[in-house]
Amino acid sequence: MKNLKLIIALVTLTSLISCNDKRKPQVQYMPDMYESVPYDANGANGINGKPVNREPVVGTLVRGGYPSYDIADTPEGYEKAKAEVLNPLEASEVTLEKGKVMYEIYCSSCHGEKGDGNGVLSQREKFSGIPNYKDRDINAGSIYHVIMYGKNLMGSHASQLTYNERWQIVHYVEKLRTDLLVQ
Amino acid sequence: MKSVALHSKLTRVLFKGFTIILFFAISLSSYSQDIDEARQKEGRSLFKSLCASCHKLDKKLVGPALAGVEERRDNAWLKAWIKNNAELRASGDRDAVAIFEEYNGSPMTAFPQLVDQQIDDILYYTTVGDPKAAVVAGEEGVVKNTAEAPGWLIYILAAAIIVAFLIIANLLKTISELKGAPKSQGTLANLNDVWEGFKQNTFLKVLCVIFLLLMAVYVGFGTLFKVGVDEGYSPLQPIAFSHKIHAGDNKIDCQYCHSSAKHSKHSGIPSVNVCMNCHKNISEVAEDTKIEWDGITYGKAELDKEIAKVYEAAGWDVDNLEYTGNTKPVKWVRVHNLPDFVYFNHSQHVTVAGLECQKCHGPVEEMDEMRQFSPLTMGWCIDCHKETKVDLKGNEYYKKIHDELAKKYNVDEVTIAQLGGKECGKCHY
Repeated sequence: MKNLKLIIALVTLTSLISCNDKRKPQVQYMPDMYESVPYDANGANGINGKPVNREPVVGTLVRGGYPSYDIADTPEGYEKAKAEVLNPLEASEVTLEKGKVMYEIYCSSCHGEKGDGNGVLSQREKFSGIPNYKDRDINAGSIYHVIMYGKNLMGSHASQLTYNERWQIVHYVEKLRTDLLVQ
Repeated sequence: MKSVALHSKLTRVLFKGFTIILFFAISLSSYSQDIDEARQKEGRSLFKSLCASCHKLDKKLVGPALAGVEERRDNAWLKAWIKNNAELRASGDRDAVAIFEEYNGSPMTAFPQLVDQQIDDILYYTTVGDPKAAVVAGEEGVVKNTAEAPGWLIYILAAAIIVAFLIIANLLKTISELKGAPKSQGTLANLNDVWEGFKQNTFLKVLCVIFLLLMAVYVGFGTLFKVGVDEGYSPLQPIAFSHKIHAGDNKIDCQYCHSSAKHSKHSGIPSVNVCMNCHKNISEVAEDTKIEWDGITYGKAELDKEIAKVYEAAGWDVDNLEYTGNTKPVKWVRVHNLPDFVYFNHSQHVTVAGLECQKCHGPVEEMDEMRQFSPLTMGWCIDCHKETKVDLKGNEYYKKIHDELAKKYNVDEVTIAQLGGKECGKCHY
């Protein structure tokens, strides 16, 4: 009798504790106020049951945005960008500051803080053969082209950066290259 | 016990020593097979710094695999190609044009700065390959045994302790009976006596009622306060992605992947093309990589399969190194989810306030499995808004109003709450 009560007590206690399952969300009070009526970003069920995030129609222009980059991802395109494309931003102190912040998020893992190709991923041998900026003949147009499309093992970083941020990075990379060449 | 421990320690030392000697014996014998270590090392470092961004020894990358390239091509041709492949192609060399066409006309960087000796060293390295990895056999079996006890073991231990207590109590009782104490009439009769006494004692009854009420209130409130609070929530994700490896060990910035946090309400889940920026190159993890996933330790074998899941989602053909166009979404499970009646904006906190992601999301760079670190309750938001001082520097446009606010509250720096960050309509509208 006494043992039975003990067992019941133990079982209730364990079930109470195991209710706290970290894999399941907690109960919600009035869930209709929690779940949004409009689609959530990254949602799985959007229009016609397709994922919410869709690619915009080809040629879509963001309101107040910039014309899309229309030089092709080919060796000829690279040469064309190098010869023709110019940086629309001024190399002011603010631009360089912003470029530095962006560079340190998106580039320095591989290219290193100084642009010498000695980033953390390079040191840990995840990526090897990352060039030093001073060893490459690059200019604003070619840097922008490579950020847009990537080159060799580098992938495109266009989806992570806005138009202005890309050009800020271009300024900062050119500055790093000059610094490396001076040394 | 002590002597056994000492003994096993000794054996371990002996065993280790033996394997090390064995290893050296083997490696010495292998090195004696006329491999020029200096040239191999020189070639390797040149290869790693100049060639490895496009070539691997055993696998096609941007360019062809280079192991044994000396057997396939003439040495003079290779030197001409490496120094300036465009010139070689222009001279009408058929092999050069053929390989250029095979790789879709993407030109290789020219290396006119390399001298013949350096090229020979690189070629030597492609022929002999990497120096043998320093893996000591048997090492794996020696360490370990430090895994944590699983959760159910604790319950079993508790049960065992309770049983032990009951047995001891029984024993003590038997002993006292044997010593001459009056034999009790069994536990049931004892309980009956207690119950009779309890029924007649009003004070005890009142005390019990109060105690039970307090218990009920405590348990009830505890349960109610957990409603909708998902602190510690850690759903099982479709890919064993470890933030510890990416953000911790490899020090990739949070915003590299969560790139919309700086401009948008949402911090966003990276699309697979962001994964592919690195994983186009990294198709397998390092030899000793380990993560804890769903209570199991994942090693290299399991983790390589997880990377393959990324390739499947991106439609990446690993053998031919090209996209097939056959993509499918990765169904990540959302961890942090504010109710729809609260407005929260990441860019305001990340870009404007300049907060570290860790302030709300906790030490993500130490988590293999992502979990919700903060309660995300209103009280939690308000606490931070009350304490945090606003950095008003470089904001000349609002200088006057900021000065007046500081004067009104008689402080040097106003907090977010004093700036209106506690008004209902800021977040609920």
